[in-house]
Amino acid sequence: MIEIAGVSKSYGTARVLDAVSLSVPAGGLTAIIGPNGAGKSTLLSIVARLLPMDAGRVTVDGLDVSTTTGDVLARRMAILKQDNRITPRLTVSELVAFGRFPHCHGRPTRADVEKVTEAIGYVDLSPLSGRLLDELSGGQRQRAFIAMVLAQDPACLLLDEPLNNLDMKHAAGTMKLLRRAADELGKTVVVVIHDINFAACYADRIVAMKGGRVLVHGGPDDIMRADVLRAIYDMEVAVHEVNGFRLGAYYR
Amino acid sequence: MATPTPSVAPTCRERLTPAFALACLGLLALGVASVLIGVGDMSIAALAGGEAQGHAQLLLLASRVPRTLALLFAGLSMGVCAALMQMLFRNRFVEPTTAGTAEAASLGLLTATLLAPGLPVIGKMAVAAVFALAGTVLFLKIIDRIALRGAVIVPLVGLMLGGIINALTTFLAYRADLLQSLAAWTTGDFSGVLRGRYELLWLNVALAALAYGAADRFTVAGLGDAFARNLGLDYRRIMALGLAIVALATATCIATAGTVPFLGLLVANVVALVMGDNLRRTLPWIALSGAAFLLACDIIGRLIRFPYEIPVGTVAGVVGSAVFLYLLLGRRYRLG
Amino acid sequence: MTVGARGGWGFVLSLRGGKLAGLVLVGTAVAVSTVLFQTLTENRILTPAVMGFDALYVAIQTAVVFALGAQGAAAIDPRLRFAGEAVLLAAAALGLFRWLFDGRRGFHLVVLAGLVFGILCRGLANLLQRILDPNEFSVLQSLLFTRFNVVDTALLPVAAVAILAAGALALRLAPTLDALALGRDTAINLGIDHRRMVTILILLVAVLVSVSTALVGPVLFFGLLVSNLAYLAIGTERHLHTLPAATLIAIACLAGGQTVLERLLGYDAALSVVIEFAGGIVFILLLLRGTRT
Repeated sequence: MIEIAGVSKSYGTARVLDAVSLSVPAGGLTAIIGPNGAGKSTLLSIVARLLPMDAGRVTVDGLDVSTTTGDVLARRMAILKQDNRITPRLTVSELVAFGRFPHCHGRPTRADVEKVTEAIGYVDLSPLSGRLLDELSGGQRQRAFIAMVLAQDPACLLLDEPLNNLDMKHAAGTMKLLRRAADELGKTVVVVIHDINFAACYADRIVAMKGGRVLVHGGPDDIMRADVLRAIYDMEVAVHEVNGFRLGAYYR
Repeated sequence: MATPTPSVAPTCRERLTPAFALACLGLLALGVASVLIGVGDMSIAALAGGEAQGHAQLLLLASRVPRTLALLFAGLSMGVCAALMQMLFRNRFVEPTTAGTAEAASLGLLTATLLAPGLPVIGKMAVAAVFALAGTVLFLKIIDRIALRGAVIVPLVGLMLGGIINALTTFLAYRADLLQSLAAWTTGDFSGVLRGRYELLWLNVALAALAYGAADRFTVAGLGDAFARNLGLDYRRIMALGLAIVALATATCIATAGTVPFLGLLVANVVALVMGDNLRRTLPWIALSGAAFLLACDIIGRLIRFPYEIPVGTVAGVVGSAVFLYLLLGRRYRLG
Repeated sequence: MTVGARGGWGFVLSLRGGKLAGLVLVGTAVAVSTVLFQTLTENRILTPAVMGFDALYVAIQTAVVFALGAQGAAAIDPRLRFAGEAVLLAAAALGLFRWLFDGRRGFHLVVLAGLVFGILCRGLANLLQRILDPNEFSVLQSLLFTRFNVVDTALLPVAAVAILAAGALALRLAPTLDALALGRDTAINLGIDHRRMVTILILLVAVLVSVSTALVGPVLFFGLLVSNLAYLAIGTERHLHTLPAATLIAIACLAGGQTVLERLLGYDAALSVVIEFAGGIVFILLLLRGTRT
């Protein structure tokens, strides 16, 4: 689904991404992990054509992101970034309705309206659909934005640290939602994530980045090992198996 | 941020360094040039003797010398005012035209002219000074609500406050058909300065000397209220003194010849860039630079379209805004 | 001091005869350009006038007269000259905007820079005017600070066409503008060509600013007042509603304000001064309130 070939990006003399190559197959949930400054968010932004790359090539569903029209790409992929403050004051349904913009360009049809209602229902915000966004809690706001990208109905969903600022319950809820999107709706979900344990529990594939490069990638069983984690994070992480999942205890 | 960070070294007697002496000579040269340039026959030959001597001497003593002196005094006081305000407000870009002071002084002048037209100039200047002080205090009250003192929003609010006061003044002037006079107060124009019309500016010299005398206290005040109190300084007293000096000096300038926007700011910042923020060391240089800059702009204004004169406020205003813009946007000028 | 209008005499409007048309055009131009600009910059405090576009236009006008000489400038068809000046403004605006709004500068810094830039342009225009020979200066004065009577015949039809075209385009783009208002990243995500939209908007703003400044000269805070009143009044952010609302409010302010001042209170040219006063206060309040998210 996503082919990243030799992507490099520098800011002045700082090399943020160094000839990164990666292949994300269609379907399932892929988590990108790594220490700060590894270039995870930058890579995701480049894939979503929010940032230009200095070198390399990225294709999504066979389309080159540098040359394909933004409109066409918007129907194949959607990105949700960390910073979700918007200036206009909107209700939930108004926000989610924007997700249909690539399809209807501001003139929504019946089908569009249905998709919006569906998306809102999928994230369990139906009773709140008429509320203003600033009246919602952090977790609810996050879900509204997820509904927006779901309404956009792309084959590929990119999310940049969606769990920041969410408490435990809402963080777990969001990951469950993303998992459902991958399983039930057949989306390819790529998440940049800080917490390795969420990655371990929900991802089919984990990509570990460090210093602008892909260090290692594989399934949770391959990555969630003390030696691998030590190489990524430069610290000792004890890996335990809990309820059939591998979890890393890095607290002490 | 945009807060001056002074280094307190109060006992440097560096006034008479060779560099400063040289700079004074330069200023003297500018002064001589200013005296010699202008409309009317005032060549050395004419001064020496002959028919034109009387006329030339009159020109010299009644027009050229007073004008040059007025420019010197106004320029140095503008620089000093800006330097003081920078310390008191702990912000690089605060000066009489970005704090509402100058505009409030104009309003005061207008009010005095409207209500007591027979008042002598010194009376009107006093009223203007009171208004200037009130305007600055209003500015202080407004920015008290802003937590970050060194922030760019401070001169922004000051500039806006000045604009609002200016609108009010313009409206009143329009109603009273005094727009011409208002224009004279708001654009710095020294072409009408004659002997007998500029003497008020000697006050500014005294005020600048006073400021220099208290320079160390102002520098300490620039460290902030808490710090100053810690060092035994009566913060409110020094604040009052500083504001009074600024209000008086600004009112005097405006009553005599109008004001020049951003001149003080320009000069104070450039000197601070080179020499730091210890007022005892930098104040003489700031005064000198202010005087020199104003003189130079006036000379340019006289020469560009000789024999017509372009007001110094116009020339210096363009240079001042351009430099201000550069300070804001150019090389990351210690702004967060 | 130099921030506010230099007296109200550049803004002489009268409701006699067909001048109402001019008023409507100016109101529309200012309202639409401000709303578009605020969508572009994602905040409610910046307007083209605050960023010095008006003053830049006056400076360009003065520079053109300076370069061609007053006789030369007067010899050109005013419509052609206007078109040339509008093109120059558009080019300058594009360059300045790109450079200033690259996202790395603090917001208040940008606003202050805009105000100082406006002061610089006004100062430059002033300087150039004064450098010109006094005879030329009076010609220039009639060129720049024209009353409506002189502007009518030549420029008004062109202005009308330009404003109507710009307004129609803005309305057609309304849904895209709504999406643009969500922010750069969200807009790109939804498939909008952000660069292209920015260019189009700046060009529209430049044309509208040229028209309104050519007709009545620069007025600093009118747009700010009008747009914020519109947002307050209608509550929604959709451009389909804000654009017409702002336009109506602008026209009402101008017509109503002028009537009140002229007929009821007997003051003629004071409208712009009152606007500067009110607008300046609104500006400070907005600044202190921190409207920018």
